[in-house]
Parts: sequence; C-alpha cells; structure tokens
Amino acid sequence: MNFQYSGMPNVQSPSDYLPILIQFFVAAGFVVLVMAATHLLGPKRKSKIKLETFECGIESRDNARIPISIKYFLVAILFVLFDVEVIFMYPWAVNFKELGITGILEMLVFMVLLLTGFFYIIRKGALKWA
Amino acid sequence: MLSIFYFLSFLAILCALMVVVSKNPVHSVLYLILTFFAIAGHYVLLNAQFLAAVHVIVYAGAIMVLFLYVIMMLNLNAAVEPNKKSWLKIAATASGGLLMVVLVGIFRSAVTSGTGNPSQSQVGLVHNLGVALYRDFMRPFEVSSILFLAAMVGAVMLGKKEIH
Repeated sequence: MNFQYSGMPNVQSPSDYLPILIQFFVAAGFVVLVMAATHLLGPKRKSKIKLETFECGIESRDNARIPISIKYFLVAILFVLFDVEVIFMYPWAVNFKELGITGILEMLVFMVLLLTGFFYIIRKGALKWA
Repeated sequence: MLSIFYFLSFLAILCALMVVVSKNPVHSVLYLILTFFAIAGHYVLLNAQFLAAVHVIVYAGAIMVLFLYVIMMLNLNAAVEPNKKSWLKIAATASGGLLMVVLVGIFRSAVTSGTGNPSQSQVGLVHNLGVALYRDFMRPFEVSSILFLAAMVGAVMLGKKEIH
C-alpha cells in the first residue's frame, strides 16, 4: 500500500476532520448571525398584506399543502438510485490502479446492468413530463 | 474525544426523540436530518470517513427528500392523525420496551472484536474499503447492481401510468 501517486498520508484519524468542524461552525454561525441581525436591525411592519406569502405577484389562494404528483417522487427515487451508483464508484476510482483489469471488468458488469435499467427507464418514458 | 462522543450521542438521542414527539411531520423530517448528521459525526469518530460522507450525501440529502415527497403526497395537513386507543398505546410501549431489553441484552453479551482504539482503525478509509469491496466482496457488489435494476423497474412499474 503506497500512495506515491497521490499525496495522501497513509494513516488518518478523526482529528483530521477538525477543519471541517470549524467550517461547519463558521457556516452555521454566519446563518445565525445574519438571521439575528436582520431581526434586530430591520424595520417591522406587520400589516396583513406584508405578512402574506409572496407568490410572484399572483394573489395566493387555497392551502399550499396539496397532494403533489407522483412524477416528482419517481424522479426523486430514480435520482437516489443513480446517486448510490455513483457512490460505489468512489472506492473503485481510488483503487483503480491496484485492482487492475479485474476491477474494470467488475465495474463493467455493474455499469451494464445499471445502464440496462437506465435504458428501460428511457424506453418506458418514465422521465417524460407529460 | 470522549466529550465529543457524549455530545453527539446526546444530540442524536434528543433529535430522535423529537422526531417521534413533534406533531408536524415536516418538523419530524428536519429533526431526522439532524439525527443523521449526529450519526455521521459518530462515523467520523470511528474513523469511517467514507461511510460518514456517504451517510450525509445519501441519507441526509437524498433519502430525506423522498421522505418529504411522501409527506407531501400523503397530504398530512394539521391534525389528520386519529387518536389511537389507549390499550394500543400501552401495547406499543410494552413491545417497544421488550425490543429494547433484547437489544441491550445482545449488546451486553456481544464479544467486542477488534483491538485498540477504534478511532485509530484504518478499515473505514476509502482506500481500504475499496480493496475489501472490490476484492473480497466482489459477488455481493455485483448482486447489488441487480438490486438496483429491480428497484428501478419496480419504481417505474408502480409510478408510471401505462400509455397505450
């Protein structure tokens, strides 16, 4: 196991995640700061029209909580499937040189099966918005 | 390290309780996202970095969108959930408690394998995980692609109206 082609150190520990933790706090802190600042500094005019939901200038009516079309759900679930597929490719890509030709064949079988599914989706017109 | 563990555990349990307790289903989903982030933090503490990243991307990102879509599709407006009968509540509490007893019993008697500090374990890094997945667990990996195919076909079959 040598990492000559990548600059990564061989041993990693959770403390390597400290910069990400700091970034997380900075991001969350910025949001909190801006929200607090707008609430404290901004003028407050709480008339009925001001508090109304803005809908591109069209007068809002009815409830926003109406059942949505199943088409959105279909797109979302197909997105999740291909999302997980891509995640399988990260460990493969990191080990690409070590795995050699077997790795390529493995991923080829995997991708062919998934692309069969993709072809099926396209042929069935599942992503057509009609 | 231990204090971070306790903080994350506290956050995870608190948010998980809020998922159950909160009346608004959308709030439940938001608390579930927080729970998932806390669990991702646990993965980082166990040095399972790939799992932590995947957990955030897939669960906190994609699966939660599906949850939201389900809530929107079911049209759970205010107070549509009927009041459950009290014997049903007691039975649910008892069976849930029994499950917890069983789980605690299992974990107490479980032999903790592995040596040394789990935060120094190098198994969960992307490189080592890839070696294990594509060398030792090659067949389960290929079978998982069939699972994906079945899921795609099932989703399209259920969700798409046949056009004649």
